[in-house]
Amino acid sequence: MKEILDDIERWQAQGKRVALARVVAVEGSGPRLPGAAMAVSESGEVAGSVSGGCVEGAVVSEALAVLEGTGTPKLCTFGYSDDEAFAVGLTCGGVISVLVEPVEW
Amino acid sequence: MVTSMFEVLAGDIRSERPVALAEVIEGPPEMLGSKLVVRPGPPEEVLGSLGNPDLDRVARRDVLGELAAGISVTRHYGLHGEARERAVSVFIESFAAPPKMVIFGAVDFTAALVKVAKVLGYRVTVCDARPVFATRARFPQADDVVVSWPDRYLGEVGPTLGPRDVVCVLTHDPKFDVPAIVAALATSAGYLGAMGSRRTTDERNERLRAAGVEEADLARIMAPIGLDLGARTPEETAVAICGEIIALRAGRHPQSLRDQAGPIHADRALSTDR
Repeated sequence: MKEILDDIERWQAQGKRVALARVVAVEGSGPRLPGAAMAVSESGEVAGSVSGGCVEGAVVSEALAVLEGTGTPKLCTFGYSDDEAFAVGLTCGGVISVLVEPVEW
Repeated sequence: MVTSMFEVLAGDIRSERPVALAEVIEGPPEMLGSKLVVRPGPPEEVLGSLGNPDLDRVARRDVLGELAAGISVTRHYGLHGEARERAVSVFIESFAAPPKMVIFGAVDFTAALVKVAKVLGYRVTVCDARPVFATRARFPQADDVVVSWPDRYLGEVGPTLGPRDVVCVLTHDPKFDVPAIVAALATSAGYLGAMGSRRTTDERNERLRAAGVEEADLARIMAPIGLDLGARTPEETAVAICGEIIALRAGRHPQSLRDQAGPIHADRALSTDR
């Protein structure tokens, strides 16, 4: 989180809304530990990361959707399973849960 | 202007004051996203609520425990904080103060070890009794450079060292390293390593026994310090030391020099500067 605070505050100072995505659980092999964090501004700027680059694109989409929606936090799970074999996943085979919410608290 | 919970959290993270954030990530819709910020202080301070005072009370206690261990984890509770129920999932994120590394001995190996330890996120203190060597100019990356005798310094800060913290004794001078190690053994530091050749290590162990150190305490000392990487330069040695620190914390067993008998340094023909 520390490494993205400057970006979050700069975007907010520019009047932009910001979403924060944090890894809250990792099952199996996963590149980053719980607490790994990424911030996305409403204009699509990105700071930080939540994986080794595998799911960042999907997290940006989720973050922008959360900013456009009701502001309720959304828990997103990324990983390989039968019914989402073609969805975004981690090449390492792990499953990560990412909480996405606006920084408005 | 009212300071938001996020601003309080960000301020503590920036200034490396321990703080934790607990948040409901699964449970009744009206509780989702409820947050508790716990600042252990002193004085302890709790901001926000998870949506139920009993849940807050139980979570606060768990948060303080996770924060002390530096762990971020999801815990499950009943709606009123009941154990062994799963109505509510709470993600506890710990922003612990960085772990500390205390290095005794202001030598060339120290400068390299400071650099690698900073990469790993340690708050690094270099301590040496000789003011000529223990200077900020020689260790610009160290957080603190202290001119003091090791045992005197540990007498002051030793009680603050815990399982995440590290003490490295690089003096390899019995006048300094025996009192430093004896004082370090009285702390709860998770790693204690001491530099020196195999002969120095044997002689030091004899001195430590003579100073009254028990065998169980001698076994805590990683000496000769570092993994058996065949390191030669101060920088390579720093990597060997930090590798050993990581492995010991993780309970892994790559080969440590202490547990081998052969030469500490790589064959010259195999070294990179041939």
